Amino acid sequence: MKMNILLKRVSAIVLTAAMVAGITACATTTTATTTAAETTGAAVTTAKATTADTTAAAKAGKVYFLNFKPEQDAAYQAIAKQYTESTGIPVTVVTAASGTYEQTLMSEIAKTDAPTIFQINGPVGYASWKDYCADLSGSEIYGHLTDKSLAITDGTGVYGIPFAIEGYGIIYNNAIMTKYFATTAPKATSMDQINNFATLKAVVEDMQSKAKELGIKGVFSSTSLASGEDWRWQTHLLNVPLYYEFKDNKIDLGSADGTKTIKFQNSANFQNIFDLYLNNSVTKPALLGTVSVNDSMAEFALGQSAMVQNGNWAYGQISTVAGNTVKPEDVKFMPIYTGMTGEESQGLCIGTENYFCINNKAPAEDQKASLDFLTWLYTSAEGKAAVVSQLGFIAPFDTFSDTEKPTDPLAQDMLAWSSKTGITSVAWNFTIFPSQTFKDNVGAALLTYAQGQMTWDEVSKLVVDQWAAEKANTAS
Amino acid sequence: MMLVLIVGEVKRCKSHSPTIFSGGKHMQKTLKKYFPIFVIPTLLAFTIAFIIPFIMGVYLSFAKFTTVTNSTWVGLDNYIKIFTINNDFINALWFTVKFTFVSVITVNVIAFILAKLLTRGIKGTNLFRTIFFMPNLIGGIVLGYIWQILINGILLNFGVTLTFDPKYGFWGLVFLMNWQMIGYMMVIYIAGLQNISEDLLEAASIDGASSWQLLRKITLPLIASSITICTFLTLSNSFKLFDQNLALTGGAPQRQTTMLALDIYDTFYGRTGYQGVGQAKAVIFFILVGLIAYVQLRVSRSREVES
Repeated sequence: MKMNILLKRVSAIVLTAAMVAGITACATTTTATTTAAETTGAAVTTAKATTADTTAAAKAGKVYFLNFKPEQDAAYQAIAKQYTESTGIPVTVVTAASGTYEQTLMSEIAKTDAPTIFQINGPVGYASWKDYCADLSGSEIYGHLTDKSLAITDGTGVYGIPFAIEGYGIIYNNAIMTKYFATTAPKATSMDQINNFATLKAVVEDMQSKAKELGIKGVFSSTSLASGEDWRWQTHLLNVPLYYEFKDNKIDLGSADGTKTIKFQNSANFQNIFDLYLNNSVTKPALLGTVSVNDSMAEFALGQSAMVQNGNWAYGQISTVAGNTVKPEDVKFMPIYTGMTGEESQGLCIGTENYFCINNKAPAEDQKASLDFLTWLYTSAEGKAAVVSQLGFIAPFDTFSDTEKPTDPLAQDMLAWSSKTGITSVAWNFTIFPSQTFKDNVGAALLTYAQGQMTWDEVSKLVVDQWAAEKANTAS
Repeated sequence: MMLVLIVGEVKRCKSHSPTIFSGGKHMQKTLKKYFPIFVIPTLLAFTIAFIIPFIMGVYLSFAKFTTVTNSTWVGLDNYIKIFTINNDFINALWFTVKFTFVSVITVNVIAFILAKLLTRGIKGTNLFRTIFFMPNLIGGIVLGYIWQILINGILLNFGVTLTFDPKYGFWGLVFLMNWQMIGYMMVIYIAGLQNISEDLLEAASIDGASSWQLLRKITLPLIASSITICTFLTLSNSFKLFDQNLALTGGAPQRQTTMLALDIYDTFYGRTGYQGVGQAKAVIFFILVGLIAYVQLRVSRSREVES
């Protein structure tokens, strides 16, 4: 008995101590934040004092930008600092950890000091956040948008403005390709000849059989199918057959009715290219369930593979791999050929899933400050220089001249592809894919197919069924 | 019989020590006086960090919302959707139950055996105890990724990976859970075992009890409170497992190794407008965990004896 009482007392004391410690810890952090806020407040006041003559009447707002892309965090921080120094408007940039943007946004936007600028990924993202998106139709930045059809609209309002155009396709290592063209009896002798699936398949299979000679482990980098690492297939690759389906059936992508169901009529084309990826790869198909995108990009960077499907954003990844053997001038793009008729004139998949929105629940002066910040970033000389050189964005605004484009090889090659005559780019229709659950389920099915536990017919059926089910689930 | 009487006598003598008695009374008075000072901060923190979010959480399970400050009441809609949209929740529940059943047994049996071995005074006891306890200090996500690499490294020799078959994921999770929890449970069992008086065991063996009888009739009843704590901890931890599940398999293949907590997470973030359904699943999850823990505590408490 005595022991018990003593134990209880001790544990009570320990618990209390822990709680008190916890509270103190909380208190400390709160103080820290307050101090920081005060400091920034002070900075603002001083800054305002200096520019008092010009902005005497107007109440200066503040900007809080919740950034989606971790790889650009440092660049944004520098830009924010630069803007604050020149205007006195405080700009806070917070970056969500990779893959947690929705979670971070959900909790951040419920706070008193909510983000004033946030990002959505297209119509599906808009459906989720429409209560928070301010109408930007009258804004200066919207006026500068070169292709107005790219913006997210609802009725007469404009709620999301794209700020970076991106493209994906098959990235290849030109040095290895040149080596292949010099081997005995190659199936093609230049990249220009590879302009449809039949040729691509012949070349790839021949390269795979000459893998030793070419010094590669496989033609394609591993088809990353680990959970959360399968977006290159369940989103980007799936876009290609569906783009043709929507185009050939003249589906109006803006109408909810038109996209309630899909036929997946080009399922065989998806299988064509997917099988080619699986069978001529660095990794055996059964072992793909643990491969990540980073692994694939590293294989390419180390010269273990000659090709990998990804977008222009991947250049940073390729160039920073330790022991990288690929020269910048050898990193090139080609379109994803799947065996569609007339695909000789198909280009890269070019579009955007990066839109910024202004939080309509933020105070009016903050909304204005946020728009001013974005206008500065995409129209002023300093802003544009930062976009091109630091962020590396291909910005879709008419304020950017042809010389103001990023210089990395993939961005350059993408621009070259999009200006080729007689070549039509594939649009990014995956922004209307029903939900993350749909994509995850398709990705899981692709893995099961790769492991040989599901037939292609079952995968096709699952794509069609899941599309309908998820469209129905997210309607209402 | 004799033995029990003697022990009872000893105990009674001890607890009637007069000094301690009066000291306790005085202490209680002081405690009463300072009660608010000690309790109010805790109570406030508990209300802010637990009670308010909990009430909000229950409310949100009846609402459609994107952010917690902006919701509309939809009644039982979310609860109906859990069972009508697909079987994910039931599948996850079934998988979780199987996992919990296996890991509660394995963790406790192995932890007890280790505790027995490490209370025999073999050389290096402290070193072994420390080593067995260490995995418990590593976070679940890290452990999940480490074991994913290790298990895949072994499976690779057979030309498969963890995602190949749900049974690999299942046993992988059980193994991981064991590796992480055994050390902690072992420490609790060691404490229990050390509390058993040597005299008791010695007397019993002099009376001719076999080692099995010693274990069955003396050791186990006397460490019943440790068993209660350990089964409670393993049961609730297994049922609520999330990090390890997310890191080791992420539910692959095809959500067949998704446990309840991961399923709730997937529902919450997987689909526009389904935050409320995820919340409703979380409320059911809470009730389930509460029920199981209550029943388990009642059952094992009833087996405890005062020593």
